[in-house]
Amino acid sequence: MNEKQGFKFIAVFLNMTWFALFVLAPGLMVVGISFLTRDISTFFTWPLTLDHYRELVDPVYAKVLKNSLVYSFNTTLLCLGIGYPFAWFLSRAPGHRRPLLLMMVIIPFWTSSLIRTYALVILMKANGLINTVLLAAGIVSEPVSMLYTDFAVYVGLVYSLLPFMILPLYAVLEKLDIRLMEAARDLGANSLQVFVHVVLPLSLPGVMAGCIMVFLPAMGLFYIPDLLGGAKTMLVGNFIKNQFLTTGNWPFGSAASVFLLLLMVLMLAIYFFISSRFNRSQLS
Amino acid sequence: MKRWIGISWVSTVFAFLYGPLLVLMVFSFNQARHTTAWQGFSLTWYASLLENQYLLDAFVNSLTVAFVSSLAATAMGTLGAFAIAWYRFAGKKLFFGLVYSVMMSPDIVMGISLLMLFVTAGIHPGFFTLLVAHITFCLPFVIVLVHARIAGFDPAVVDAARDLGAREHEVFFKIIFPMILPAVLAGWLLSFTLSLDDVIISFFVTGPGFEILPLKIYSMVKLGVTPEVNALCTILFVLTLAAVLVAHFLIKEKKK
Repeated sequence: MNEKQGFKFIAVFLNMTWFALFVLAPGLMVVGISFLTRDISTFFTWPLTLDHYRELVDPVYAKVLKNSLVYSFNTTLLCLGIGYPFAWFLSRAPGHRRPLLLMMVIIPFWTSSLIRTYALVILMKANGLINTVLLAAGIVSEPVSMLYTDFAVYVGLVYSLLPFMILPLYAVLEKLDIRLMEAARDLGANSLQVFVHVVLPLSLPGVMAGCIMVFLPAMGLFYIPDLLGGAKTMLVGNFIKNQFLTTGNWPFGSAASVFLLLLMVLMLAIYFFISSRFNRSQLS
Repeated sequence: MKRWIGISWVSTVFAFLYGPLLVLMVFSFNQARHTTAWQGFSLTWYASLLENQYLLDAFVNSLTVAFVSSLAATAMGTLGAFAIAWYRFAGKKLFFGLVYSVMMSPDIVMGISLLMLFVTAGIHPGFFTLLVAHITFCLPFVIVLVHARIAGFDPAVVDAARDLGAREHEVFFKIIFPMILPAVLAGWLLSFTLSLDDVIISFFVTGPGFEILPLKIYSMVKLGVTPEVNALCTILFVLTLAAVLVAHFLIKEKKK
């Protein structure tokens, strides 16, 4: 083996082995174990069974899945509603201001979501800043209970995930050719028509990318309902966590994880469908 | 009018994103323990942090894991990016697919899958398992960042070096490495941040003998809000901020 091949071997082998051992193998374990039977001492055992998937659609657990999907869906809509205009205005900001403004979105993107969730706890607790201000201003006569409500969970999810929606949206909106909008306007389109027929279709890949990056994590962020919500509010993430750490039911927890993986595959398929159609229409 | 709507929308969202963090930081310097009323500037809570041996241990543990795992992920990821950009090999598509699937898949799935792997393999959870997990979730970010940088430069430079008799390791260390260095450093800093901040994956792969800061904060917050946590979170936020600013600067350099 000459030196070039040796170098290539190390570079390829090291990475391939790592991903095979710590991504592929555990991933296959999740899928495999979801079809096995629960065992108290060894966590899983033969025979193969579909029971855990049957249980997932059992009304008791189906409700958890449905709740979590509703939370994720609403969070995604809220992020899109807040983030789209934001990304649009950002992409139209004067060129010299844009790097700083963009940086200000990137900082929360990287900052620990736990710290940011904790910051919300301080604001929203009964003797927190919001209540102190409301009481002092005489707007309310007794503290408003915000913490441990659905409202708090939504605020927490949106607060944590909004930057993940804004960044992909900004990436497509910034590249948008302004001349296309001018052309539409010259041809007599009003603002709404320009948006619906020009801006929105061209930004669709960014919309989808943002939705994936919000919707999927929103199913799994178990510490947000833990810290901000009451016990009733439960995401798939809380459910999986309980199966592994409280009940010790690996196969059932794995089945719920497979559900998340299938959602991911579905959303990625939609993303690739949109962007390939998008690329084709760009070419023609 | 339109401009005004834009400015107020953008500033409202920024206020929403930064307001709570700002309040957290300001109150970490507040004298008072129980109320949220301002009772004067004080470093009491930072001082009491320094006396809390459990928190200090967790902090050192977190920094160790973050340092070692980010370094390992950066070294391996740089080689990986190099492999993708320059070599053909069997399973390249699968490798690329795995890189992206790690970035997209929910943290919790990765957490429980590694938990099952470690338990089944009989590996005791602790420093080692955390290290492996953190390297695994940092690796794709390094690969993607460095790959973008490698893909951006002229391959003729490498051919020229080879023609002039450079050996393979010389091509890598003398030509390619200096050119990709900003991306490598950025990848390292961002991996460090990712590792330092991770809650969900660490939650499943660490053991009771090895406490790390985010999990410590998580359990403290569940028990109730204390001013020490404010100080702790402020320190962590400032660390992240510094790492991200430097990384951003390094990534931007490449475009010039």
